[in-house]
Amino acid sequence: MKSKELSETIEINQQTPTKTILNPWQPFWAEQKEFDLKSGKYLKIWHGPQHPGVTGNMALELTLQGDVVVDCKTHVGYLHRGFEKLMERRKFIQCFPIVCRICVPEPDYNEYLFAAAVEELAGIQVPERGQWIRTLVLEMIRLASLTMGLGGQAGAFGLVPVGQWGVAHRDFILDLFEELTGGRIYHMYIIPGGVRQDFPDDEFPHRVELVLQKLEKLILDIEKLMFNNAVFKARTKGLGKIPAEWVELFGITGTNARAAGVPIDVRKDNPYLVYEQLDFEMILGSASDVYERSLLRKEEILNSINLIRQIFKKMPNKGEVRIKLPNVLHWKVPAGETYVRAETSRGEMGYYMVTDGSEYPRRVHVRGASYTHAMALLEQLAVGVSIADVAGLMVSLQTCPPEIER
Amino acid sequence: MEDILNRLDQKFYVQARYVQRPNLAFVTLKKNVAVQAITYLRDVEGFRHLVMISAVDYIEQNMFQLTYILHNYQLHSDIAVRVELDRENPVMDSLHHLWAAAQVYQREIKEMFGIDFPGSPRVDEPMILEGWDNIPPMRKEFDTKKYSEETYFPREGRASCDPVKIMEKKLYRVEAEVKYEIKRVVRDNRNKSADAN
Repeated sequence: MKSKELSETIEINQQTPTKTILNPWQPFWAEQKEFDLKSGKYLKIWHGPQHPGVTGNMALELTLQGDVVVDCKTHVGYLHRGFEKLMERRKFIQCFPIVCRICVPEPDYNEYLFAAAVEELAGIQVPERGQWIRTLVLEMIRLASLTMGLGGQAGAFGLVPVGQWGVAHRDFILDLFEELTGGRIYHMYIIPGGVRQDFPDDEFPHRVELVLQKLEKLILDIEKLMFNNAVFKARTKGLGKIPAEWVELFGITGTNARAAGVPIDVRKDNPYLVYEQLDFEMILGSASDVYERSLLRKEEILNSINLIRQIFKKMPNKGEVRIKLPNVLHWKVPAGETYVRAETSRGEMGYYMVTDGSEYPRRVHVRGASYTHAMALLEQLAVGVSIADVAGLMVSLQTCPPEIER
Repeated sequence: MEDILNRLDQKFYVQARYVQRPNLAFVTLKKNVAVQAITYLRDVEGFRHLVMISAVDYIEQNMFQLTYILHNYQLHSDIAVRVELDRENPVMDSLHHLWAAAQVYQREIKEMFGIDFPGSPRVDEPMILEGWDNIPPMRKEFDTKKYSEETYFPREGRASCDPVKIMEKKLYRVEAEVKYEIKRVVRDNRNKSADAN
């Protein structure tokens, strides 16, 4: 709270010498601020590339006045591996070990979207049980990512136990993934035409249910320790407010947009897989600060648990999980262009794929939700925030730096 | 979707269009009307969400294709605006005044494809590749394998676990030698013919 008052006084001081420029080609986000670093009033520090909480490396170049940020520039490039370029010289099936590494906490969305783009261009139909299992996998990984993200959010504000609970409970979900897919972090489970294999045995849904119950208990604990915590409330309420009119301007999606009261959810708007047959509500907030966003993510966890239970109830018991396709190394996808999207825990993720009838994709562009959140938005949001709160602010946008640079 | 495309065609002359699925259409526009058309789509037709900007390198046709995907939250549908640029002098008008997110995409495309967006803020700053002095890496003529072979070298003392290599060493020495000799001759001939061209 104190830092906010200080920032307001700083803004007033700055506004007096400069005059407002009303140039449509020079909007507020395009302004270049210049600071006289030699005057001794300002201090420039690098916040990162290693951070508590953010999965991946990203640096913020902060200009400080006292302990308040007056300018912020995001620097990425620590994780660039050129995936989009590498995919251009690999066959479609060889891309799967690459795409899942684009976002570490939520690899399955990349696999699903890549597979969905190939399926749409090649005209492949996925059998019904395959679609249900895909939805299950996507909801489970959303649950894992949200649990860890919530823990990271608490950890950034000094509530380290919640962070450790989050990571520990994510591990239970990863164990389930190991049973289902054979891999813990990267699964390469969803392939064009369906999923690789069926459930390991009939008891699998029961074991998932046990983990869901554990998570529900965890949420009760987190509510006590995190959301009813006076320190957490004092530090996060009013921090990092995103105005609702910024949502379209900055391309904000997912929980960050819903916390501002803007009803955007790809699962509702453009239903993919079997989301039309599932019964759930879009969770909306209004305050749009860090507290509201964490609260929304907690609700999303409960929503995901509900969805997983529904999936087990509604999914067909028997059936093919994948259709028979020709030799994977000789696929030729017809020429075309498409864009497919899905709702990750961070926001809208999409794959833009261009093929030219050969065995290799011509171009794959990955639209990650963090791209605009961490690059354009964070630079505006961080201004006026105390240096101690910058880490928490970064985590509250659910940034995933590997998604930015691919 | 058809109505919107027809209205767009009347105003800005759509060169080519094709509807991929009921809620996704691709339109090709001329370079000089593209920003006007995108502004029209944003302000009049309600395509207010800029999903992404991307570029595709068509080296055979000597052009770059820029793709702007716009999303309409009311109709839940997308329009992808494609603009074809000359590969020799790729310059495109900037969109940074319409969306704050656009400047980041433009910065990346400038770096990865070398397509210039004059007037876009911080467009010349390196975003991902600091100190890069080669051609823009996402262009088709940039060979990643050749670059990594020239730039990086295998660590000394690394043993290969490749079963093919081990079998060649242990059992099929002569055959492997012949195989590599043939490969070498073929490669030399190819290089010679490439030099001659």
